[in-house]
Amino acid sequence: MSDTHAQTVAFVRETEIPQSPPPALEAGAVKWVRENLFSGIFNTVLTLLALYVVVRFAIFVFPWFYNGVWEASSRKECLDILREAGKGTGACFAVLVDRWDHLVFGFKYPQDGYWRILLAFLLLIVAAGPALFSSLPRRMLLFTAFYPFLAFWLVWGGSLWLPLTILGLIIATMLVFRLISSQIPVNIRQIVSGVIGVICGAGLAYLLFIGAQELVFIANSVGTEGMIAPIAYGVFWIMAIFAFVFCVPMGIFVGYAIYNSYEDGGLVSIVASLLFGYLAFVYLLSPIWMALNSIIPIELQAVASRDMGGFMLNMLLGTICVSLSIPLGILLALGRQSPMPLIKGVCVVFIEFIRGVPLITLLFVANVMLAYFLPPESNFDLILRVIIMITLFSSAYIAEVIRGGLAALPKGQYEAADSLGLDYGQATRLIILPQALKISIPGIVNVAVGLFKDTTLVSIISMFDLVGMIRGPIQNSTEWTSVYWEVYGFGAMLFFVVCYSISQYSQWLERQLNTSHH
Amino acid sequence: MKKSVFLGALTVAGIIAGGASAATLDEVKARGKLNCGVTTGVPGFAEPDASGVWQGFDVAVCRAVAAAVLGDGNAVEFVPTTGKTRFTALASGEIDLLARNTTWTFSRDVDLKFEFIGVNYYDGQGFMVPKELGVASAKDLDGATVCIQTGTTTELNLADFFRANSISYEPVPIETGAEAVQQYIAGACDVYTTDASALAAQRANFEDPSAHVLLPEIISKEPLGPLVRHGDNEWADISRWTLNALIAAEELGVTSVNLEELSAGTENPEINRLLGTEGELGSMLGLDAGWAKAALGVAGNYGEIFEQNIGAATPIGLARGLNAQWTDGGLIYSPPFR
Amino acid sequence: MTTLADPHKESFRLSMLLNDTRYRSLTFQFIALVAIIATMAFIGGNLVRNLAEAGLNISYDFLGAQAGYDINQRPISYDSQDTHGRAAMVGLLNTLIVAFLGCITATIIGVVAGVLRLSPNWLVRKIMAFYVEIFRNVPVLIWILIIFSIMINAAPAPNAFRGDEPTASMWLFDSIAVTNRGVYLPKPVWGAGSLLVVGVFIASIIGIFLFRRYARKQLFDHGKLIPTFWPSVALFFIPVILAQLVLGTPVSLEYPALKGFNFRGGITILGSLIALWFALSIYTGAFIAENVRAGILAVSKGQTEAAGALGLRPGRIMNLVVLPQALRVIIPPLISQYLNITKNSSLAIAVGYMDLTGTLGGITLLQTGRAIESVLLLMLFYLIISLSISFFMNIYNNTMKLQER
Repeated sequence: MSDTHAQTVAFVRETEIPQSPPPALEAGAVKWVRENLFSGIFNTVLTLLALYVVVRFAIFVFPWFYNGVWEASSRKECLDILREAGKGTGACFAVLVDRWDHLVFGFKYPQDGYWRILLAFLLLIVAAGPALFSSLPRRMLLFTAFYPFLAFWLVWGGSLWLPLTILGLIIATMLVFRLISSQIPVNIRQIVSGVIGVICGAGLAYLLFIGAQELVFIANSVGTEGMIAPIAYGVFWIMAIFAFVFCVPMGIFVGYAIYNSYEDGGLVSIVASLLFGYLAFVYLLSPIWMALNSIIPIELQAVASRDMGGFMLNMLLGTICVSLSIPLGILLALGRQSPMPLIKGVCVVFIEFIRGVPLITLLFVANVMLAYFLPPESNFDLILRVIIMITLFSSAYIAEVIRGGLAALPKGQYEAADSLGLDYGQATRLIILPQALKISIPGIVNVAVGLFKDTTLVSIISMFDLVGMIRGPIQNSTEWTSVYWEVYGFGAMLFFVVCYSISQYSQWLERQLNTSHH
Repeated sequence: MKKSVFLGALTVAGIIAGGASAATLDEVKARGKLNCGVTTGVPGFAEPDASGVWQGFDVAVCRAVAAAVLGDGNAVEFVPTTGKTRFTALASGEIDLLARNTTWTFSRDVDLKFEFIGVNYYDGQGFMVPKELGVASAKDLDGATVCIQTGTTTELNLADFFRANSISYEPVPIETGAEAVQQYIAGACDVYTTDASALAAQRANFEDPSAHVLLPEIISKEPLGPLVRHGDNEWADISRWTLNALIAAEELGVTSVNLEELSAGTENPEINRLLGTEGELGSMLGLDAGWAKAALGVAGNYGEIFEQNIGAATPIGLARGLNAQWTDGGLIYSPPFR
Repeated sequence: MTTLADPHKESFRLSMLLNDTRYRSLTFQFIALVAIIATMAFIGGNLVRNLAEAGLNISYDFLGAQAGYDINQRPISYDSQDTHGRAAMVGLLNTLIVAFLGCITATIIGVVAGVLRLSPNWLVRKIMAFYVEIFRNVPVLIWILIIFSIMINAAPAPNAFRGDEPTASMWLFDSIAVTNRGVYLPKPVWGAGSLLVVGVFIASIIGIFLFRRYARKQLFDHGKLIPTFWPSVALFFIPVILAQLVLGTPVSLEYPALKGFNFRGGITILGSLIALWFALSIYTGAFIAENVRAGILAVSKGQTEAAGALGLRPGRIMNLVVLPQALRVIIPPLISQYLNITKNSSLAIAVGYMDLTGTLGGITLLQTGRAIESVLLLMLFYLIISLSISFFMNIYNNTMKLQER
């Protein structure tokens, strides 16, 4: 064989040829383009179509953007400038320059206080850090706990002593709790329990009695005319009778329960510290902070809540409502998992009700109804009412996310906690929640982003947030009437920057969680 | 659980201990600020300027009342309201006075339990069309698309007018004036209807105001006035007579220029009573003797306020018309100060 | 040592209500009940007092009173002389219309965008990612306002169709007019004998259905692949066109024409509806695209490879193998997106579309001043809509689940 081979082949290469570069069509940019853009007829058509769209869009938008006028005092002036320059289309970005403060901070926030807002949001990032990035030291959580008081002071101004006194009273309340639950001997606690039991029992009985009278009053006001009224009348009477019958037994029982807890000190310390906290806030708060403030005044210019506006208002509503709704959401989620039918029922009804109606109707409630449900003397301004309703709204969604987290925990965790002899509170606090919350963080972040976007709806109930500012004062003003794209585009951009970065974080977190589980 | 029962119950107790509501005047004095409801922005009537200070014809009423009560025309917290929120804001006590070009109607006065304290602008619903349509009368508008701002009496007037003339139309309800203008300019509606004053105000902002005409028909009576809650007559009196003081001052020739001079005392007893140098009018209202002087000191009398905000010299360019003093053939008329 | 002895029968003591797990949950619930009653007393008492102070009362009589305002989109007959109750019904139907249309288009947009996000084409992939991110991260209210502004300013006004040299013209042989007030489409006019045409049409649809079943049976039983697409198209069109010709065109079209201020005749789709519909579907479409992408990625890659090994083309792999399996993952989030569309449709007031919020929660509320009653009714209506959507979608979801096992 080899002979014939030798005869037929004139040349046999004995050394390997050097590697030649791949064909031009199979390498570098060309290959990439072939594979990614023109790999088949369908793909080619798609690519050409997409290219056409992109180019058309660019031709349309680019000159408008590039010709933009940044300095003018009104839209007419903008148009004049464009006309003089002989440019067909052009944006009037001057509106952003002229109304920058309004768009970002609202038009009533004191101008020399803008640094306060910026500082508050910078610190927010620091404060949120330890909750969001598990690699950061746990000790930073201390700052997170302190942050709300600082932020309150920075944003709303007034005396620094007010938030500090509140913080002090909260710490004092916690100290009272510790004192009674673990520091004092049992025999003294027994006396304390007795006293507090009597006070609370009597107080509760009295309050229930008043409540019962209130229910009778309601029933009588409702009357028995019409179709629905008799039913409501009956229901209120039943509740009133219930309250009448149980006011004394309830008082005795609660009083006894408080007294009875003197051995382990659980209930009595909770009730005592709450009582202490309530009294301290009612009677001590204002004298203390005012006294402190008169000695060493540390004050920032106070700003009323209704003076908040612009994008800042969106940010404020977003952060406040999300942070308030997380604890509420946890309670609702736990309640929904509870084996007790009444508690579970209340939570399910609340969650499903909130999730079934649009946020705008809840804002209408805040706007036109809530005032009727609150005591006549209470002075809740619109922003506070809106915060209440948005918090309720987002707590229902967060509850569903956390419920998902709770359900995702392996059953063994619950059983292990039980087998260690932990009671419900301990098991939930030490075993269940830390794990469930960790899995829920991406979901919570998504809810937070959605909620943040939904804060623009407050513009519909006449609050001057970013969108309200655009639709109200700016577009109605003599100078900037008929300005749309620039301001809406700017609004969209602000939201995009914030929401996109948060959602990127959420995706990063999901990847982190994924790897840690597999 | 116990916690919530307890706190809830405590709050119940707190409420019941609360007691009857204080008079609005005392509340305002205690607060040191007047809460005044205005629009979210109508040029000339109420809009924040570039530095965020509210300006306008309605705003001036708020400032005058604040000056009369608190002595400072800047002691006003302006609360922007929409058509939907204005009445609840007033009813719930969030604002003390609503000065938001609100039409005085029977049902608002009687059924909704408000107290209109007078009329500061006599208006009527008008129509604006582009000149090129060649429409001369609102009765030629058969089949037209009409932009209306919702939340006012406008929708009802419009429906009534077209029904009475048995012609058809397509309503396009819009929330804010700016958006109505946007649609109208783009030709998404043929006609824009709202109060004639607002039409004039908004036309002034157009690129080419002369290309649009107001039709001669005024299809409704729109007496616009400030209002307060039913039931607090003292507060209503203060607001009513502050407005009347502005009007009477114009009639009597008291202006921001000669205010100081006249308040030293004049030959005219009515001016003296108005400005507090004679009689006890201020103390009857529970205010200082110089209440009306303070109110006039903010921006002058009714006529001056009109000219500064919406008069012929402003971009809005409204003529006095019905809103001239009764002595000049208008409807603006103040009861005597005695 | 008696550690293993039965606990002796204790007589009932009060402390057992607290310390004994058998009774403790009862105690808690009892206390919760008391708390609820206390809250009711608190809220109710305030309400009654506040209303009394303002001299108001709660009454739904206003629903029977004359509304006095006009609505521009009327699925049922309505004029300004009708009652507020009927106006609310018109609004409710308008809400359902925009929600229904929005759900359909959002699903289509979402599925297309979700599939294209996984396309091998780099440019398309990036454009779709851009679309999804930009719509997901900007509030829907801003999108509604932007899209409404675009529509108002980009589409020609009816004026532009007028004159000797109109700057705009109608589409498709002068049958469709796109204006910034809305889109005007030809409307079928049912002449004599049109019932027959409709009958033929229904019959041909049934025919298509039967033919497809036959084809499938052939495929499964005998392995014969009968082409179905073109015969179906033919079955769809030919009998109806024949019937039309034979019977002398009983079903004719009424074309919109510019008369007076507006286009008259034909079917009008209002601009506000289009803007809201488009904004809602494109916004929600971005979310659905993400759900679809997640669903497709959840289908194991082996499925695609196995289908490829069987010789299926990419389109068929997607339609026959991947999407049906992905559907299982997609449907639950899809339900909540449908609910979101319904709830977000309440933003209609920003563009003047007269939905439930615009009528009952808007003009009716303003004209009657019955704020509490209107808002309560409004929430009740939305609650009913949401609960029924989730009810039916959950039934659908459950049937999908059963099939999968």
